[in-house]
Amino acid sequence: MTASTLSSPGNRTNPLRRENWSGRTRKSGREGYKVNWWLTALMLVASLTVLLPLYFTVAMALKSPDQIGTGTGLAWPNPMNWENFAAAYVATNFPVAFMSTAFVTVFSVLGSLACSSLVAYAIARNWNRRFFRGSFVYLLSAMFIPFPVIILPLIKQTALLGLDNPGGVVFLHVLGGISFNTLLYIAFVRSIPVELEESARLDGATTWQVFRKIIFPLLAPMNATVGIFAFLGSWNDFLLPQMMIADPALQTLPVVQMLFQGEFNTNYSLAFASYLMAMAPTLVVYILAQRWVLSGVMRGAVK
Amino acid sequence: MTTTSEMAQVSQPAASTVPPKATSRAIRSKNRIDPTYYWMVVPVLALFAFFITLPALVGVFFSLTNYAGYGDWKFIGLSNYVNIFKDPAILQSYIFTFVFALTTTVVVNIVALAIALGLNAKIKWRTGIRTVFFIPMVLSALVVSFVFNYLFSNTLPVLADRFGVTPLATSILANENLAWLAIVLVTVWQAAPGATIIYLAGLQSVPAEVYEAADLDGAGSFRQFLSLTLPLILGYLVINVILGFKGFLGTYEIIVGLTGGGPGMATQSVAMRIFSGFTGGDYSYQMANAVIYFLITLLISVIQLRLIQRRGVSL
Repeated sequence: MTASTLSSPGNRTNPLRRENWSGRTRKSGREGYKVNWWLTALMLVASLTVLLPLYFTVAMALKSPDQIGTGTGLAWPNPMNWENFAAAYVATNFPVAFMSTAFVTVFSVLGSLACSSLVAYAIARNWNRRFFRGSFVYLLSAMFIPFPVIILPLIKQTALLGLDNPGGVVFLHVLGGISFNTLLYIAFVRSIPVELEESARLDGATTWQVFRKIIFPLLAPMNATVGIFAFLGSWNDFLLPQMMIADPALQTLPVVQMLFQGEFNTNYSLAFASYLMAMAPTLVVYILAQRWVLSGVMRGAVK
Repeated sequence: MTTTSEMAQVSQPAASTVPPKATSRAIRSKNRIDPTYYWMVVPVLALFAFFITLPALVGVFFSLTNYAGYGDWKFIGLSNYVNIFKDPAILQSYIFTFVFALTTTVVVNIVALAIALGLNAKIKWRTGIRTVFFIPMVLSALVVSFVFNYLFSNTLPVLADRFGVTPLATSILANENLAWLAIVLVTVWQAAPGATIIYLAGLQSVPAEVYEAADLDGAGSFRQFLSLTLPLILGYLVINVILGFKGFLGTYEIIVGLTGGGPGMATQSVAMRIFSGFTGGDYSYQMANAVIYFLITLLISVIQLRLIQRRGVSL
């Protein structure tokens, strides 16, 4: 089972099925798992399309401007120029940008989890009531409105309200994702038997307590899925922070990278060091928790 | 209270024909909803209406004015809309956006399906290879495009020069006819993992017995793919096409990072044009553009939903 990890129930039958893709080992059973080496080689070569740009970013980040020169940029630098990171750290005011991004991301994730799960729970448990069905349709219909359509009035509105800061971005990240997240949650809440709640209610629990103590913990797998989507969407968002946050000092990491564009003589070693520092947090989190992340995203995909 | 309960008890025996008060009261109390549920939904709905629906309505309103984004304005009826249909720059941005979105949707789905089939097959180091393929999903599209920007405008020309491939010796980002292909390429790089995940979910939902039966019938692996796998994961393909196409229509960050809409206006998407209304002094004009964009995407969504429903019937 080490190989097949995406946590879907149908996964257990995988070893049996896999043989058929190659067409080489027709009659091998579960134990006769024969590796298709040609395909493995092909996949390894194909994965270079992902690895090469990453290698290139690292190599560029470690070069001095002289080493970049007019070459392809693909050669590994010798000696390596670690000072680029320190210089980029200062040039982008990295700690402030990082904290701003972290602020937006953390509160967007928490807000998305809390709001979407509450709304989904209330709607799923009162499906026979017109108000809640209507709310559901209302939220879903917003998914048909493309973001460019509301952005101009929205920016004016948030500026008027003094929300032209990272806090305002949090608001919109939560509200912007609520349709999709509620959709994910509702299907999950429906699969939780009502009897679980009824026994708690007989013991005198209020609806809030039922939600907090029983429902929310049971939603854990979906919380992971929604949390991952909210995290990636928030951390990497460029459009909303760029348009909303008025104070350049409070800009998020992706927007700060614009600093290296449009200057007459771009210092590429500095720029790439900065790109790498902007990519590193999500990359490290992903590699450390990849099994967990992928199973969470997969759950979102099956819905 | 006592009187009503007594009355209820009295009327109970006669309950066979007329529904007694007590029973209807019991039904009503069971039907009564805990107001907590409203507290869970209403504040969020109110915020949603205020921050998502209201701006949409305000936008439609201003599309009927000559508001520049500041200062005075007055109603000018539908003349913004009329002017948009005469504007070659707007038309050009729609053509670019749709050609781009269509091409990208096709390429992303082919690439993603190929990767998903590969990952689902009997390969060595599956976990590691899968980890690598999904990396683009977690990276910022803007930063990724900056990296590719350098590759396209510096690395590729140097390599092309070295190997004597003259058409590529100048940056393709500066080429009016090729720049959009660079955007397609980076978008595919970035979007393929998301589609791959959906295809993987689809492939794992196909029961193994189906293939065993096909094996017994002597169907080759390509034949199995065409006659079994593809029809069985058609639903997932539809999801990918719909989600992908809608997303690619709104492409923004990757264009900003690669060409900034250039050279000239060759790669300016509809979304970019609309955003330009924020600084360009043609706020109301771009709002009219946004309304038209909304109607077009709505039409596409309706058509897609119809297609899904028809497919659901035929399957």
